[in-house]
Amino acid sequence: MNFDRRNFFKTVCVAGATLAVGNSFGAAKPDENTIEFQGVLYDSTRCLGCRACERVCAKAHELPEPKDELKAGVIRKTSEKQRSVINNYVTSKGEVFVKKQCMHCNEPACAAACLTQAMYKTKEGPVIWRGNKCMGCRFCMVSCPFDVPKFEYHSANPKIEKCDMCYDRIKVGKIPACAEACPGDALTFGTRRELIVEARKRIFENPKDYVDQIWGEQVAGGTGWLYLSSAPFNEVGFNTKLQNTSYPELSKGFLYTVPSVFVLLPPLLLGIHEATKNRNHSNDEENE
Amino acid sequence: MNKQAQTIAKDNDGSSILKFILSELKPKGRILTPFNIIAIPIILLGIVLIVIRFMNGIGSITNLSQDTPWGLWIGFDVVTGVAFAGGAYVLTFMVYILKMEKYRSIVRVTVLNGFLAYLFYAGALLLDLGRPWNVVNPIIGNSFGTSSVLFLVAWHFLLYMIAELIEFSPAIAEWLGTRRARKILSGLTMGAVIFGITLSTLHQSGLGALFLMAKDKIHPLWYSEFIPIMFLVSSIFAGLSMVIFEGSISHKVFFNQISEKNHKAQSGILQGLAKICAGAMFAYFFLQLLVFIHSKNWDLINTPMGYWFLFEMIGFVLVPMLLYLYSYRTRNIFLIRLAAIMTMLGIILNRLNISVIGFKWDAPVHYYPSWMEIVVTLTVIFTEILIFRWIINRMPVLRDSPAWVEEEH
Repeated sequence: MNFDRRNFFKTVCVAGATLAVGNSFGAAKPDENTIEFQGVLYDSTRCLGCRACERVCAKAHELPEPKDELKAGVIRKTSEKQRSVINNYVTSKGEVFVKKQCMHCNEPACAAACLTQAMYKTKEGPVIWRGNKCMGCRFCMVSCPFDVPKFEYHSANPKIEKCDMCYDRIKVGKIPACAEACPGDALTFGTRRELIVEARKRIFENPKDYVDQIWGEQVAGGTGWLYLSSAPFNEVGFNTKLQNTSYPELSKGFLYTVPSVFVLLPPLLLGIHEATKNRNHSNDEENE
Repeated sequence: MNKQAQTIAKDNDGSSILKFILSELKPKGRILTPFNIIAIPIILLGIVLIVIRFMNGIGSITNLSQDTPWGLWIGFDVVTGVAFAGGAYVLTFMVYILKMEKYRSIVRVTVLNGFLAYLFYAGALLLDLGRPWNVVNPIIGNSFGTSSVLFLVAWHFLLYMIAELIEFSPAIAEWLGTRRARKILSGLTMGAVIFGITLSTLHQSGLGALFLMAKDKIHPLWYSEFIPIMFLVSSIFAGLSMVIFEGSISHKVFFNQISEKNHKAQSGILQGLAKICAGAMFAYFFLQLLVFIHSKNWDLINTPMGYWFLFEMIGFVLVPMLLYLYSYRTRNIFLIRLAAIMTMLGIILNRLNISVIGFKWDAPVHYYPSWMEIVVTLTVIFTEILIFRWIINRMPVLRDSPAWVEEEH
């Protein structure tokens, strides 16, 4: 506990300094090359459960308006018709609202899985789906640790539906529709680095309101969507068993062996072939 | 028929090839065989279902869901089918690289089987793709997803099909009686074999590597970082067991095509394959055991999934392995065939356990295939067998090459 607090203090100091310096640098010369991943910080203690985010999301992406009721303890899932969903979890800290959508991983499993780069991590941070490339193999769905991509099984021209952090809006300088619509200020849009600092600040200032963890800071190698919660994260529908290293890392080892096999195996086979050929020739001669 | 093919081969100078092919397209033999009576209605029904699937989407005939994006069509048709097609690369390695002449008489039929398996099972993949018109994207570069294991597998499927077609092409040339083409094509065989073995090593293991990122979704008794190696090693005995199984059936069905000499060699070949299978299965079993011990999953054994795991590992790996060993020693052909069937069931179990049964094993609603998915799968298999039969009855695959091939040597 003691260690935790000291650690905290240190982190906040470092983070505060980074924020100050980072800000002044950023303002001085906006450089194309140093563009940072952007993300959204969701603070469950500020969420009113009004579902304005659900409605504007449906409107912004031409999806049907969600009509089902929000009940405590009944968990609704995102689907091919709904990219973002608010649930009311009954936890040890009382009822807690939590929004769920794509996490926009720093190193997304879906993008690493995609053989056509239809799932794509943009340099701005959002992970987007590009229909002109996608062949509908659904390997992204198999690979995503958060089970985010959804597929239209009942369409002859099916799409993958998932949150794209309103990439079209971000490109023209606007913020995601849900963050704009949120009346309780539960959703904060910004660069990932700034958001982590902001989240740390909130935990530091109100340690009683939050569990001492930013979900998304480390999980799956870090995600663009960050969460603060008053209840432990395993009680609000997060799989806390997920690894903290990135998921593409898991198949990296295999992919790295491919070139070596391609270089080493054919000469080896050719060598064996040559070696056995001689034996065969002498056999032939003996036979004749 | 044999005679006719040879006469055409002799006086063929290229001008009558078209006519010849047209005459060959007609079915030969009886139409109402027991196989046809079962297969043709299923194929027709399957075609209707496929039309429905393309009109109303994949969900209209399958039980796939957001939780289970891959079902029978991927888990069985593709992942299991490709393992069974592994016999081609193992046999070409034995015959062309190691020069084990004993097995030369079965290389052609195995390569043909492998080629058709890839053609049809990769073809079945098109049915499972939501947007199949984009299937050429990873090939034409829209875009190259080089970080994807599936990108590797897709390219390898394509290249390996070409390699197998080249390996098989001398048989087509002999059928058409084009001597020049045969000479050129057989000159390519060695290159295709070396390339094909390399590709097979990588995509057999690559099929396993597809599941590496699904770490939290596959039951820990089946998930390990060694899935690719397991898939590679098991494809050796899966493929050879298929060769034993298919060879045993072909020997009965196409009895009159096989020469006296090859008939006599059959039991020797089966025994040799049984020995290799037993060896590969021992290596596989040992690997599984090592992985199991290192993963420290002892507590999971005393659960329903644990019993299922033991059922697969003991009942369908250890037992058929011992059966192979025993039947090899006692030269019991019946037991070799039994062991082959058990091994194949074990491979089906293993691939389905990873891709379907153990995938999200803890989900509240579990996937099981719809009857329509099964009919479409049967359609794919039966069509493949029909094409296989068509080729066997026409090209020198099981029977010896026409006399002019020998003369040219």
